Order: sequence, then structure tokens, then C-alpha cells
Amino acid sequence: MSSHEISEAEEKLPEERAQGGATAVAEDPFADPGLPEHEHRQQDIDERAAQRSERTVALLFTVSMLATIAFIASYVALPVDKYIYVFPIGHISALNFALGVTLGIALFAIGAGAVHWARTLMSDVEVADERHAIEASPEVKAKVLEDFRTGAQESGFGRRKLARNTLFGALALVPLSGVVLLRDLGPLPGTKLRHTTWAKGKRLMNYNTMQPLRPEDISVGSLTFAMPEGMTEEDHDFQTEIAKAALMLVRLQPDNIKDKRELDWSHDGIVAFSKICTHVGCPINLYEQQTHHVLCPCHQSTFDLSDGGRVIFGPAGHALPQLRIKANDQGYLEAMGDFSEPVGPAYWERG
Amino acid sequence: MSTATDTDAQRRGKAPAGERVADWADGRLGIYSLARANMRKIFPDHWSFMLGEVALYSFIIIILTGVYLTLFFHPSMEEVVYHGPYVPMQGVRMSEAFASTLDISFEVRGGLLIRQIHHWAALVFLCAMFVHMMRVFFTGAFRKPREVNWLFGFLLFFLGMLTGFTGYSLPDDLLSGTGLRFIEGVFLSIPVVGTYISMFVFGGEFPGMDLIPRLYPVHVLLLPGIMLGLLVAHLILVFYHKHTQFPGAGKTNKNVVGMPLLPVYMAKAGGFFFLVFGVIAVISAIATINPIWTIGPYRPDQVSTGAQPDWYMGFAEGLVRVMPGWEINAWGHTLVLGVFIPIVAFPLVLFAIGFYPFIEGWITGDKREHHILDRPRNAPTRTAFGVAWLTAYFVMLVGGGNDLWATHFNLSINSITWFVRIGFFAGPVLAFIATKRICMGLQRRDKDKVLHGRETGIIKRLPHGEFVEVHAPLTQEQMHVLTQHEQPKAYELGPEVDENGVPRKVGASQKLRARLSKSYYGKDAFIPKPTSEEYKEITSGHGHH
Repeated sequence: MSSHEISEAEEKLPEERAQGGATAVAEDPFADPGLPEHEHRQQDIDERAAQRSERTVALLFTVSMLATIAFIASYVALPVDKYIYVFPIGHISALNFALGVTLGIALFAIGAGAVHWARTLMSDVEVADERHAIEASPEVKAKVLEDFRTGAQESGFGRRKLARNTLFGALALVPLSGVVLLRDLGPLPGTKLRHTTWAKGKRLMNYNTMQPLRPEDISVGSLTFAMPEGMTEEDHDFQTEIAKAALMLVRLQPDNIKDKRELDWSHDGIVAFSKICTHVGCPINLYEQQTHHVLCPCHQSTFDLSDGGRVIFGPAGHALPQLRIKANDQGYLEAMGDFSEPVGPAYWERG
Repeated sequence: MSTATDTDAQRRGKAPAGERVADWADGRLGIYSLARANMRKIFPDHWSFMLGEVALYSFIIIILTGVYLTLFFHPSMEEVVYHGPYVPMQGVRMSEAFASTLDISFEVRGGLLIRQIHHWAALVFLCAMFVHMMRVFFTGAFRKPREVNWLFGFLLFFLGMLTGFTGYSLPDDLLSGTGLRFIEGVFLSIPVVGTYISMFVFGGEFPGMDLIPRLYPVHVLLLPGIMLGLLVAHLILVFYHKHTQFPGAGKTNKNVVGMPLLPVYMAKAGGFFFLVFGVIAVISAIATINPIWTIGPYRPDQVSTGAQPDWYMGFAEGLVRVMPGWEINAWGHTLVLGVFIPIVAFPLVLFAIGFYPFIEGWITGDKREHHILDRPRNAPTRTAFGVAWLTAYFVMLVGGGNDLWATHFNLSINSITWFVRIGFFAGPVLAFIATKRICMGLQRRDKDKVLHGRETGIIKRLPHGEFVEVHAPLTQEQMHVLTQHEQPKAYELGPEVDENGVPRKVGASQKLRARLSKSYYGKDAFIPKPTSEEYKEITSGHGHH
């Protein structure tokens, strides 16, 4: 295996090692001086040092054994719901802390022992191994090409073109079955993304109290979230429906509303916008009272609610859809229809 | 044949038990031939060679802990009301996936530890692969014959990101659900087929009931299965090619110098697995990761501020955050460039470094095998390209955390976003120029060191009163290391006209190659190495300065 063997006699102790090789300037001062002579470690020449190393290694392995016992003891002894204060981490699960630390020590000590053993007691003589070219020799290459040629000829793959081409056709078509099978992964999109649960006459329900909202419930400077009447958390499709229907309401001074349509669709300064960001669909939940800007916390798209939900910063591509609302005869806020455009992120068919 | 059987029969019963087992296995598996080639295989030693080991071991840790987690996790989006021991969540509606993750964290003894080891190991895995990849890149270890292995490693990194993402999406908490919503937006942005892909992946409209059950086999079987295959191939090639080594005394392109697999490397590498596992276990004991119980279950109308993906998705996150919101509406259709461009740029930027070995191979036209690693300064254009790539990567990582940069450093989020938009293009250019100059400076310093020796810090006063610093000559090994690298000539197009004076046709790709080759091997890339004549003239001369 090794092409470079160093006999014991040639080795020198560290202090005997010659200083550098720069003085020996031969023909080429930069030539490779060859593998340096092996330097003995203290453990190689002093049996007592070697025994000390062995004891250290054994100690580490013993620590590991003790830590494993401690791991099992903590698993048995500590209740899963016990919390302790550990400086400087804070209040943490006692069991998690004990198990993790003991397991960590049990593993680390094995590793430390093995590495210490390798570094101090196993031979540290560097040896050189030859490399061989990856490429095959020309003879091998010629043989392989010849074999291939023979095989290809015997198959008639090049000559029987009809068989070959129909084989290609069959192999190209057969994966289509697999593609077709994927059809039932989901429904076709249709116009699903264009509609939400909102409809004419549906009252706006307070998102926290699930009570219908009155205009006087919404004060200037607050951000109120609402969902359509008749929707409950227990509904099977609640998550899917709320993902489109989530609504936010703010009250502005009517003369602060810059966009004419927004003013028309508002009630007494109360405007209702989709809560779903038009970028990639995060819910918007940060509201700046003074400027009437709302900000999506995911990618920081910022919309101006006093100007038709226009995008004023960030990666969103179009304004927030507004829901047309009014107060009904009983004095509750209600929708005058669904959103006039799809809510949430844009897509190819959105137009 | 029969005599051999006879001697075998005579020996049977006498040989030690281990040998008999080995004989049995050899007769069926041929293990002796395998061991002859590999048992004393030589592995060179350098601290940076352990980075890949960290990646390998954290992958094993992830598999071990992941199998444990599958015993308790329910990949289901059916809604349940929580009645477990964690008081703040009692009575809250959540998916079974989230509820079972709470159970793992609060009821299964040691479950929280295994969950945290799994997640921490995933972060370490991606980080180790990234740093390992950079080590391989900057030392030129990817050159022939290792280009394919580089590609395997790169694919492991890329698939590792996907596996990580699918993994942290499984608990169905508010943060991971927000990440999946982002994925819905990404699918929707794909021209023509976007809505179809989204409907097929989610089994209908977002979020539906199918996604977590579908992600689960992808995360625990499909992706890890592919990765395991790539990993084995990666390791087989490492064995087959034999490890690269840094230049040094006795180290040539034709040998490999180091310690044998049995025992030293086996003990060190095997021990190192336990070191990595131990450190990750202690981290998991003292540092909480992904506390889904404080984040809460996913609801599409809720979100928390400071939402951040795991670090390795930060680059993609940055691209999505800083991209202007371009949308083109025409003929009743919408082209969502504001989302589609970043999501195409994300793999493209990564694949730019993934395919780099083939690009460099084409430019330099170098067909030889390389087993001696480059010192990064001696390949200035490659090093500069690598630093430029890293600059783009880290600028985007800032973009991905622009909200946290803003809140933690009291900066305007708009300014940070604009900084990232400009920095993504300008930063790499500046980094390229600066790195190349630094490399040239370091080459000059190497030359000085070889010719004039190393500065000792000792000041000597000469008889006529002048002070000089004493320079100590380098050892021959040091001089060899500083001068062993090659300085190849740039590829040239050859004369513009042939011997008859007729202009030759030169393809555009050849012209490009010549230009790039000049950048790699031209006079702006190399400080000419010191020659032995220069050295002899200086050392035979008069004094040190």
C-alpha cells in the first residue's frame, strides 16, 4: 500500500530535528523536499505518558457511561411537566434540560475519548498512497468500444429503424398514463378564486365577539377585523373560506378619503378592505393610525387605506380589494355584494 | 481447487471466531478484496475537511430523530379541540398535526428533546453543507475528476432546503402555515398553469385538508430517499477519487498523504460523529427552537410580526421581499412578475454556482486531473467570483430579514429594501474587484516572502547607524508551498488570418472563451512566480534589504 516507508532508525526526536531545509539550496530552491521525517510524540517514547493518555480516554468513556445512567434516571425520575429556573436560560422544562445535557455528555464523551485515543495513542505516521488515473487505458477503451459496437450490431438497433422508432414512440407515450393519473389531485380552478363567502345583505361579524358590527362600534384610529355572517369556526371549510373572506375595517374622516369610489363604497367614513395581501396572501395586521397605512408583516407591502387601498411600498402588485358596505335598517353594517375583484395574490386568469 | 478446500477444512475450528465470520462473508460478498483496497485507505488531514463530515453526521442525526418523531406525529388537517396539559392552548381549535406536535412537546417524555435535536440538526446540516461547499469551491477541489461529485453535493444542498421547508411546514403552526400560503402565491404567479398547479397541490383551494398529509410522505420518504441515494453516491466518489490534499512537503498530484482509515481516520471520524451529536443534543437542551406552542395553530386570517423562515430560505425570502410589485395586465390575463421573477431567480442564482465547475472547465480548457488544492489567492478570478456570489447571497439574506434589521437597528425598512435592491447588483461587482485586488496583493506578499524571507520583528542596527528588520529565510517546505502552483497561459484565439491571408472564422463562443480565459489566466490574474534565478541572485547577494 504505502510507497513511502520510514524505518524506525531514521526517525528523530523533536529536539533533534534539523532546522529547516532552506540552507540546502540545491539546483531548485523551491523543490519539494519530500515527506518530512516523523516526529515522535511524547506518548511514543514515554510509556508513562501513554498510560496517562489511556487513563484520560478511559475516564472519558466512563463519564459517558455515567451520563447514560443519569439520562435513564432523569427519564424515570423527572415528571414531564416540571419547570425549573436555570441561570441564564430562564424557566425551562426540567426533563428536557436533564435529558439533553446527559445525552449530550454521553455522546460527546465517547467522541472525545475516541479522538483523544486516535491523537495520542494510535500511530501518527503519515503515509503516502499512490493515485491512479481515473481514465481507462487506451486498450481498455478500445475493447469497450469494440464490445459496444458488436452488441449494437447484434441488436440491429441501427438497421431495424421501424422497430427502433416505434420503440421510441411507445416509451415516449407510456409515461402519459402517469401524468393522467395525477388529474384527481384536485379540482379545476374554474372561478373559485373569484368568489368569497361575502354576498349582498350579509352582516359584518366582529371577529372576536362574533357579534354583528354597528357603525358606532368602529372608532377612529382602530383596526377592526370582521367575517361574514353565518360563518363559524366549526364549519368544515372554515379555513378555506376565511382564507379569502377575512375583512378589515377602519374609520376615516370622510373628507380624508382621497379616492372617489372608496368614498362611495364606504359608510360614514367606515371602509372595509380585504385582509388578504395582494402579494402572496398573508393577512395584513399592522395599521398606522396617523397615515391610514396598513402593512403586511410577511413582506412589508404597504397599502394606503385612505386612497383606495393603493400600494405605496413593497412587493405587492395591486391595490387591496374593497368591500362595498352600508348600514341596514336595524343599524348593522352589511355587505352590498361580494368583492368586485378576486382577493389575494394575482394569478394568470385574474386579468 | 480441491487442495484449497482441504486446507480450509483443516483450519476450520482453529481460526478465531471473527476470522471465521469474515471467511463466511468473504465467500458470499467478497469482502476481503473490498477491504484490501479500502481498509488502510489514506485520508489527508486538514481542519476544513471536517465540514463535510459535520454535514454527513447531522444528516444521520436527522434521520434517527426523524424516525422517532414519525412514531408520534399525526399528519392530518382534521380539526380537533385541544384538551392536553398545555394550559394556554386548552379549548383552542387546531389541526391534528398541530395537536400531535403539542403532544410530542408536552406529553411524550423526551419528545421535545428529539424534536429540537431534529430541527437544530437540520439547521446545522444546511449550514455545514453550505460552508463545505464554499471550502470545495475556493480551494478548487471541484476540478476534474470531481465535477460530478460537486454536482451531487450541490443537489444535496438544494434538496436539503426543500426537505427543510417541507419539514417545518408539517406542524401546521401559524408561522409554517404562513409559509405555505406564500407557496400558494408562488404557484399562482406561474403563467398559464399557476392556478391549476395550486389546485392540484393543495387538493383544492388553500389551505384545504390535503396538504399536510401530502407533504408528509414527501418529507419523510421521497426527498430523504433521493438524498440518501445522492449521499451514498457522493461518498463512494470520495472514496473512488481519493481525497484532495493541500500542497505541502511530499504531497504531489500523484499521491495522497495522510493517515490510514483503520485505525486513525476511523477513530477520528467515528468519534467526530459523537462530538457533533453531543453538541447538538446540548444545544437542544438549552436553546428552544421553533416553539410552536407560543406561535399557535394556523388560521389563514391571522399572522404574527417578525415572520421569518429558517435561515436557508432567507435568500429566497429576500428576493420575494425586495422585488418591486410588477404586474402586467393584458388581454384579460395577468403576468405576476413581482412574484414570478424572484422565484425563478432563486434557483438560477443557486445553479450559477452549481454548474460553475463545468463553466470553469470550459473557460480554462484544462483536461488534467487535479488533486492538489489551490490556495484561493492563486486563482483570483474564481475566488472573486465566489466572493461576489456570496455577497449577493448575503445581501439577499439581509433583504429576507429586512423587518428585523429595521426593528433591531432602528432603520427605515424602505431604506433597507432599497439598499438590498441596489446592493444585490452593485455588491457583487464591488466584491469581485476588491477580492481580485486582495488576491493579487497576497500573491505579491507570497513572492516577497519567498525572495526575502519572513519578517521576524527583530530590528537590527547596522554599523553605519541604519536600522533594518531581520528577515528569516523560509524553510524549503514553505518555499515549495508558495511556489508549487501553476500559472497557465490564457487561451488564445490564434492568428486572425490563416497562412494564405484569408480571415478565419471565429465563433462568438470562442471569442467569449478567450476573453474569460484572459480574466482567469491573463496578466491581471497572476503576479509572476519567483524564479530560482531571482532567488539565487538575492540570497547570494549582499545583506537583507
